[in-house]
Amino acid sequence: MAEADTLAGNDGPLYAARKGVYPKKVDGTFRRLKWLIMGVALAIYYGTPWIRWDRGPYAPDQAVLIDLANRRFYMFQIEIWPHEFYYVAGLLIMAGIGLFLVTSAVGRAWCGYACPQTVWTDLFQHVDRLIDGDRNAQIRLANGPWSAEKVAKRAAKYAIYLAIAFWTGGAWIMYFADAPTLTRDFWTGDAAFVAYGTVAALTATTFVLGGFMREQVCIYMCPWPRIQTAMMDEKSLLVTYKDWRGEPRGSLKKALAHPGSIGDCIDCNQCVAVCPTGIDIREGPQIGCITCALCIDACDTVMAQVGRPRGLIDYCALDDVAVEKAGGTAPPVLKTLLRPRLMIYLAIWSAIGAAMLFSLGERTRLDLSVQHERSPLYVQLSDGMIRNNYTLKLRNMETRPRKVAITVSGLPGAQLWTENGSREKASQRVNMTISPDSVTRVRLFVAAPAQGLARQDFTIATYGRDGDPRGDTDTIQFDRPEAQ
Amino acid sequence: MSDTPRFDEPTGTHTVGHEWDGIEELNTPLPRWWLWTFYACIAWAAVYVVLYPAWPMVNSATQGVLGWSSRGDLEKEMAGHTAKRAPIVNAIAAMPIAALPSKPELLEAAIQGGSAAFKVHCVQCHGAGGAGVVGLYPSLTDDDWLWGGDLATIETTLIHGIRNPDHDLTRVNSMPAFGRDGILDSTAINDLVSHVRVISRQEKPSAASARGAALFENNCVACHGTNGEGIRELGAPKLTDPVWLYGGSRDAIAKTIHNPRNGVMPRWNDKLDAVTIRMLAAYVHSLGGGENAPAPVVPAAAEAAAPDKAPANG
Repeated sequence: MAEADTLAGNDGPLYAARKGVYPKKVDGTFRRLKWLIMGVALAIYYGTPWIRWDRGPYAPDQAVLIDLANRRFYMFQIEIWPHEFYYVAGLLIMAGIGLFLVTSAVGRAWCGYACPQTVWTDLFQHVDRLIDGDRNAQIRLANGPWSAEKVAKRAAKYAIYLAIAFWTGGAWIMYFADAPTLTRDFWTGDAAFVAYGTVAALTATTFVLGGFMREQVCIYMCPWPRIQTAMMDEKSLLVTYKDWRGEPRGSLKKALAHPGSIGDCIDCNQCVAVCPTGIDIREGPQIGCITCALCIDACDTVMAQVGRPRGLIDYCALDDVAVEKAGGTAPPVLKTLLRPRLMIYLAIWSAIGAAMLFSLGERTRLDLSVQHERSPLYVQLSDGMIRNNYTLKLRNMETRPRKVAITVSGLPGAQLWTENGSREKASQRVNMTISPDSVTRVRLFVAAPAQGLARQDFTIATYGRDGDPRGDTDTIQFDRPEAQ
Repeated sequence: MSDTPRFDEPTGTHTVGHEWDGIEELNTPLPRWWLWTFYACIAWAAVYVVLYPAWPMVNSATQGVLGWSSRGDLEKEMAGHTAKRAPIVNAIAAMPIAALPSKPELLEAAIQGGSAAFKVHCVQCHGAGGAGVVGLYPSLTDDDWLWGGDLATIETTLIHGIRNPDHDLTRVNSMPAFGRDGILDSTAINDLVSHVRVISRQEKPSAASARGAALFENNCVACHGTNGEGIRELGAPKLTDPVWLYGGSRDAIAKTIHNPRNGVMPRWNDKLDAVTIRMLAAYVHSLGGGENAPAPVVPAAAEAAAPDKAPANG
């Protein structure tokens, strides 16, 4: 890139290669929390599609299923229809506000613990340690020549990467079809092309993003770190190097030689060695820090070894920094967590959740929508009556066939019949059986005497005749010729 | 605006030298993988240009070695669709149309297919949804049929058309032009109009209508029936109901008697295949006025047995 250097107009290059990150193994409170969250997240991701949930003979028995072909979303006992997509919108809003809440409380905790990029990167880094050894061995191997050992280790490592990546892509498609059936079809070559394509794409992205891109995704590709800075305030917890306590840093030997003039940081570099994004937290808050807190674990271990109090690197809000710098004691974490801003986020989040749960419990599972056919608006019948045609959509959102009735009110002398019936047998009510978990489209013919308003409102209603009389109504117009 | 790059102490990076209201731009090097992504896009574009239609030429474009075209995609999809429809289409073709209602799924398919064909071939005259145009083209949604409203009869009407001069089997009748040809004078036509308005219950009996009744007896009953009830075999309309193709006002009826329209519907057997016509018949039948097939007895007897039913109108 010699040419590029001159183009830059200063001493910086135009392009920079990624610096290898070889995080060292560490143990501690936050590492254990990370293990736990990683285990739960991966178990949910890989396991959920295999949970069975009996819904009777007319609906799939997969607990969580996004049935795109039939436009249904099943989640345990909840079934969402396309016209109820606002529940999904509500969930997304809750997820958004949940992120506001978490971010303003504990900063980039999502990035540090729960983000898929973090979870899978963590998983792949464990694979690195399993095959190549810990940090120093990894560095040696990376810098070493292409020996037979290196080739074998790289091959083994990439094979495991690929297996994890394939498993990840494979688990994704299970959410969109019956998992056992799809698995069988997948291996016998009977699955849809889109299934293979999705698995291939997700295998590739997991392999590349988790195996190689890692922190580059967080630093260069992800917009979330930028957005989060707008949500944090001076009371949000940050992973902070307490420079007022640590500086000037110096080795134990130096500290013994100059007692009182050397800070607690012994400059052992362990915080840098364990960092999965390869930064030095002692430079202060920075975009590369995903607040995974592994440096806290590393530093606490060292402080315990040298007999100094823990927490040289610790979760600390900007307000607390000022207090501690002035020699005071930061208020307890719980107090900052109970501040109004977080309470408001929590209230909004809970209100949306409660409203959705309430409406889920209250929603009717028999829904009617009526459309008045416009061409023609009315039909003159040979016996002098006027007929209007309506298209009814009867949604039976239960997983059983329903016996329902269709009636009208507010239209004296009305006769109803459907395309399967006939005018001779028309009456005030139409009975029918509608299929489970489906929309039944019915053309309803309504005849009424010609005398009356040119445009009259009336009500079409449907209700269950099988023990559950709840139903739905729709108000619609009946048109007559103007000059009668 | 300064053009001199400056070294930025906290970040350890030079600025590019631009400055807007105190906002400066750091000259942070791009990650090298980004450059590779860029090269990969160029490589992708090169391959794409070879494989797919790309360069515009004078009259066309380069075709690409895969020979792909959106038109080809469409043809493939249409062929697949035709193959998928084939079993249903063949089943509909194989059975007489009167038997369709016994196979609800075939009837439904036929109605859907007819609905699509109707939008292409029929809406020009009969309007969307078969609403018709008052004074020009009949509504297909009411229960008043000129030639009959059961499935088989509608299909026959569609196949052979009405008053097609080039086709022997076409449905044909011709109402004389009583006024234009001088058969009746204007006073007589006026009386006749009164009578027709009386039997259609639009006017009260009068001296004029009584004179008109005698004229009706002499000139009209052969086609329209003794009481103006119409005769479907002849395609002669019922005059006693409120459904009027060309209007039921005095003026409109007088105009019809003076110079009847004798409208034409094209036959479709030379334009559409038999299955499409059958589907169209099923669709028209479904629009609201479709009748059951007549019982296999003498129509007059059936009528006498069920006088309150919608009569065989014309």
